[in-house]
Amino acid sequence: MFVLIVGAGRVGSAVAKSALAAGHQVSVLDEDPLSHERLDAGQSRSWEESNGQFTVGTALETDALIQAGIERAEVFIASTDGDNTNLIIAQIAQRRFGVPKVLVRVMDPARAGWYGEQGLHTISPTKHAIEMFESALAAESA
Amino acid sequence: MYVIIVGAGKVGRNLGRELIHKGNEVTLIESSRPRYLLLEEEYEHAVQYGDATELWVLERAGIQRADLVIAVTGDDEDNMLVCQVAKEKYLCERIIARVNNPRNYDHFKLLGIQPAVSATDLILRLIEHEVPRYGLVHLLALEEERLEIIELEVSSDAPVVGERVSAIALPEGSLIISVLRGGGGFVPKADTVIEAGDEVLLVLDPGLEPAITAFFAPTVARG
Repeated sequence: MFVLIVGAGRVGSAVAKSALAAGHQVSVLDEDPLSHERLDAGQSRSWEESNGQFTVGTALETDALIQAGIERAEVFIASTDGDNTNLIIAQIAQRRFGVPKVLVRVMDPARAGWYGEQGLHTISPTKHAIEMFESALAAESA
Repeated sequence: MYVIIVGAGKVGRNLGRELIHKGNEVTLIESSRPRYLLLEEEYEHAVQYGDATELWVLERAGIQRADLVIAVTGDDEDNMLVCQVAKEKYLCERIIARVNNPRNYDHFKLLGIQPAVSATDLILRLIEHEVPRYGLVHLLALEEERLEIIELEVSSDAPVVGERVSAIALPEGSLIISVLRGGGGFVPKADTVIEAGDEVLLVLDPGLEPAITAFFAPTVARG
């Protein structure tokens, strides 16, 4: 599968590395050239030597998305540090480029919930953290 | 009318002041605390502190009863998100978004966020209007209604020069609405004769410009 990941922070870069290790074709787009280092960290070979692709650019630039290969992406992952950026670019990937599978990181559970109802596959780390705290607390008081 | 303005920078706060002055109820939402505190002195209860891309902040501002939501922050993603949520979640009938980077205009359009206004684009159009070397000026585009208004300077070699308006067989979906001549403008009648150097305003369906230009400014059309 061809996977395009926008935003190579902690989450994006980790997912990129494991997707590459699982044998997928992986392209990463990030506005910060330094984020490339996160892709190399802890690896014996560099990202490019492992056939990873890296593009510097912002996700709202159509040219950058095309350069990063959005037109042949089968999976699009929006994992920048901005909820709103993620929600907007995910819709661009879905509606303009027709990417079949779009995953969006949304920290805010309320926005994740509503956009999830609208058909976006949202993943909310905050929501998971809340649930885990709640169940840990419930186990403690049981 | 109840208006929510998201982003109380220069654009937002001046819009807010004018709308209040015209008798509207206005709430400004500002996410920068220092700016909010400054604005509170002038706007009092009409300004609220918060990130309007948080749904509860919009709800606290009463988005359910808003007649108009205007998103004018300096961030295009935020403006798109606020308008999308206002329109699709809270069923607000009217939205207006500011486009900071004109290159993002297509994204606003893709998400159905109209009208989207770009100051850069407006100034570019004004430049075209003031320096009419392009021959054709887009004055107004009503995307939803699928209409636009353009201005053309009639060139001396145009086929319409010396013709009466009634004799000009313009394409279906276009109409001459005004003629500017000698510093004044008038609405043409059937027997108005078009002269070289006239500035003609037309309303037309999108996509007709090339055909229209051929009538009024063939040089531009060829160039």
